Amino acid sequence: MTLDPQFLRQIGETMATGVPQAAALGFRFLSAGDGRGSIEVPWRDDLVGDPDTEVIAGGVVTSLLDHTCGLAITSLATAPFSTATLDLRIDYMRPAAPRAGVIAEAHCYKLTRTIAFVRAEAWDADRADPIATAQAAFVLNRIETP
Amino acid sequence: MTQGELDAFLGRIPYVGFLGMGARLDAEGLTGVLPFAPHLIGNVMLPALHGGVLGAFLELTALARLALDQPQARRAKTIDVTIEYLRPGKPVETYARADLRKVGRRIASVHVEAWQESRDQPVAALRGHFLMGEG
Repeated sequence: MTLDPQFLRQIGETMATGVPQAAALGFRFLSAGDGRGSIEVPWRDDLVGDPDTEVIAGGVVTSLLDHTCGLAITSLATAPFSTATLDLRIDYMRPAAPRAGVIAEAHCYKLTRTIAFVRAEAWDADRADPIATAQAAFVLNRIETP
Repeated sequence: MTQGELDAFLGRIPYVGFLGMGARLDAEGLTGVLPFAPHLIGNVMLPALHGGVLGAFLELTALARLALDQPQARRAKTIDVTIEYLRPGKPVETYARADLRKVGRRIASVHVEAWQESRDQPVAALRGHFLMGEG
């Protein structure tokens, strides 16, 4: 059993905008469901990593991929939990285009009682031409509800 | 590279300003410094720093360390990073130091470790490969 799509959308919006770092980066929730999640970060001048090219910083993509992985895991939630990243491996295939925002989609392909395994990719214009891919493992911390 | 040149290197990167990070040079070498700010939080309940923020801080410390090593070269480009999270990042100042495992003609391999209150209790570590800029 997974969460109702309407409720999932609410959680997704909260994750993308209610977490201080996500809000500060200007994350926009795109979708969540069936172990997948997608978030967009629009380009902004204070997020540039290379002043000569105006390309968005690798660190922004790192935060986006990490956060999108968390959203994908949450889409499989049957009980409230928070996630903590264990490890995160990112391959940077190429820089994003100058002044381009980035979209990420993550897939939680295996969820055990305690660990979630997730893959993710990020692209600027064409999904088939990613700027970065990620592989991550997360620990699940159940939130005790009274 | 002097402290002023290091400040200038980091000061040119807008995203470094967004994070609020800096780096200082002393007898021990280069230390990345990330003062706490509320917008760096990724988990409100703990509270804890965002995993992506720690990853970005580690990566930028590696890039600053490479710039210190090769001040004449163009900026190195990140090829891949593996970030290991060891403890929740508390809402306090964070430090990082990079170890250049190998700097070749084209590729550099760098390890970075971040800590907060105590150097022997790291919060996160990074292993990364970087493409060296041509001089």
